[in-house]
Amino acid sequence: MGEDIAPGAVLDLDDLQLPASRHTGRRHILSILVENKPGVLARIAGLFSRRGFNIDTLAVGPTDDDRISRITLTVDGARHPIDQVTKQLHKLVNVLKIRDLEPSETAARELALFKLAAEGEARGQIMQFAEIFRGNVIDVSKRSLTVEVTGTDDKIEAFEELVRPFGLIEMVRTGEIAVARGRTTT
Amino acid sequence: MRAVDAIVESLKAEGVDTVFGLPGGANLPTYDALYDGGLRHVLCRHEAGAGHAAEGYAKASGRVGVALATSGPGATNLVTPIADAMLDSVPTVFITGQVRTDLIGTDGFQEADTTGITMPVVKHSILIQDPRDIPSAIAEAFHIARTGRPGPVLVDVPQDLSRAEIDYEPIDSVNLPGYQPTQEGNAKQIKLAAKALANARRPVIYAGGGVINAEASKELIELCTSDAFPVTCTVMGLGAFPAPHDQWLGMLGMHGTRSANYAMDEADLICAVGARFDDRITGKLSEFAPRAKFIHIDVDPAEISKNVPAHIPIVGDAKRILTKLVREYRALGADRSRLDGWWERIAGWREKYPLGYEDSADSEIKPQYMVEAMYQATGGEAIITSDVGQHQMWCAQYYDFPQPRRWINSGGLGTMGFGLPSAMGAQVACPDQQVVCLAGDGSLQMNIQELATCVTENIPVKIFLMNNFYLGMVRQWQELFWDRRYSGVDMGRTPDWVKLAEAYGATGMRATDKGELLDVMKGALATEGPVLVDVQVTKEENCYPMIPAGQAARDMVG
Repeated sequence: MGEDIAPGAVLDLDDLQLPASRHTGRRHILSILVENKPGVLARIAGLFSRRGFNIDTLAVGPTDDDRISRITLTVDGARHPIDQVTKQLHKLVNVLKIRDLEPSETAARELALFKLAAEGEARGQIMQFAEIFRGNVIDVSKRSLTVEVTGTDDKIEAFEELVRPFGLIEMVRTGEIAVARGRTTT
Repeated sequence: MRAVDAIVESLKAEGVDTVFGLPGGANLPTYDALYDGGLRHVLCRHEAGAGHAAEGYAKASGRVGVALATSGPGATNLVTPIADAMLDSVPTVFITGQVRTDLIGTDGFQEADTTGITMPVVKHSILIQDPRDIPSAIAEAFHIARTGRPGPVLVDVPQDLSRAEIDYEPIDSVNLPGYQPTQEGNAKQIKLAAKALANARRPVIYAGGGVINAEASKELIELCTSDAFPVTCTVMGLGAFPAPHDQWLGMLGMHGTRSANYAMDEADLICAVGARFDDRITGKLSEFAPRAKFIHIDVDPAEISKNVPAHIPIVGDAKRILTKLVREYRALGADRSRLDGWWERIAGWREKYPLGYEDSADSEIKPQYMVEAMYQATGGEAIITSDVGQHQMWCAQYYDFPQPRRWINSGGLGTMGFGLPSAMGAQVACPDQQVVCLAGDGSLQMNIQELATCVTENIPVKIFLMNNFYLGMVRQWQELFWDRRYSGVDMGRTPDWVKLAEAYGATGMRATDKGELLDVMKGALATEGPVLVDVQVTKEENCYPMIPAGQAARDMVG
């Protein structure tokens, strides 16, 4: 903003434009570096709830530096103004860095475990699907199979859709983690 | 030395001279250190009183206010002042005792999860886990409380850790990688703002409490008077621009003047400085200032475009930004006469809708008259604190604040009971100034116990009680919007305020006649020590004008 304003002293106020819409309409992956201190996750979760923001997925883990943890969370940009979300997060003293990852420049993965009712013919079909999705069968019983699938949330949702008709006993997902593509740090 | 002695030394190193508080089991060690630690401790009668006193101290002086409380109920009693300080950006540090570390999480006696309970209403909080961290924690708390957008910081100290022996070294710098408030505004944006102001035909400067926090009143006046910019302030900003003044439109918002609200409504450019477009300002958001472009200057980036999208956002310290903006603006040599038409329009509103009320024909004291009498009695020179309700709004309307830090009230949270303890804190911070608490009869009873503190500590605040025997603002809403069904607003048998004052050891006075009011007030101001004046005013008077909640400036009534 301000780039398109003509030089000189004259300015038509009508030329002043607002920044682009605050609702982006897409899902955002926020990668947040925080100090590894007690209560930090509660501060972030509390901030989301009191500002009325919804967290779709959340993953927390250590980084290569033991004083710093990484929180990866996904937020729906159609429902929430992402700039408000990130600006409010930045106000937390323990939050060191926030990156709103650009989907095309990001490698994101999630791990999901599917426990499926699997008897008779279904067993073979499920294992075929697992193979196509490069999943692994990690547990077998007489009446069930548990399949591990890794990928983007689209891939995991596609697998879920395929195997649900066999009888989905339960599903556990980690929430996405992500890293910026290329040499730059996330 | 003992960790608690390090707390006292750390406080002194931060320039603290006075703390407000109340002891208990978990902060007994701290109180032992206070016994001969060289700080003034004001023993309050309730932790809420201590917390609001710390706020009053901070608002009157600009220095960080400090309140202490014990664990559990002591800490939970501080929650309201903490929330109040958060919403009004008051630099404050709250130090609470916590149960021993081996008891934390066991529902121990007087245990409460203080950091958890206060998390949504603090700027930051620190639960001490290693006694050696205490000096740096206190230094960080003060740094965070007073810099950027000021606010409350809580330090929770478990009892056993406070008794530990530590090596105390004064802290000379804090290292907070995640906390780097922006100070300097973007130069290009400032230039653009200057240009927008120079080309506006119907500009309004809209200033809030941030101007006072940034000590930027002088710079605000310079900006406004570098041209003929009309200026209005929020209830938190009153005094940032001196009233009365040719360019002063009065307060804006729900009980603001018509001139201020209509000017906002018709403006083509609004320059907000240290103000946050609260719903009491905007009313119906979709109809707020529909023709305006917005410059928004704020130290908190999250305020930009939170409620109203900004065309020219400038993040940073208001004092520095305004200094540069004035320089840029003057360089443009704008033609002052372009605003003549705008001023004609404003003059029309001023003439047609002056702030006013119908005075009584007899001896009855109208509440607005009481505020005018208070202005006369104090010569407009006192620090005025207020509670929350009609009296607060009448004071904001009818008392012309000539400079910053003269008007201390609870704007964001709207905390009844704020007036007396904050007056107490203001008087401690400014012992040579006249401090007056304009109280409501509903609000005053919420923290009346602090009158004992004032008497014991010889804090000579003067309380002018606007007594209408009602919870007046709620009654007004019931009259206007709830078909006069007065539910839960009649105060019934109120105390004999004169006797009550005397029971506390203060002086009690009463005024029921317009003719005697000014003399009674002057007499009270001339009396030594704390005085409570019961001023009995019109019972059912409404505060006008008013934008009904959720409506637009054009819908003003009264």
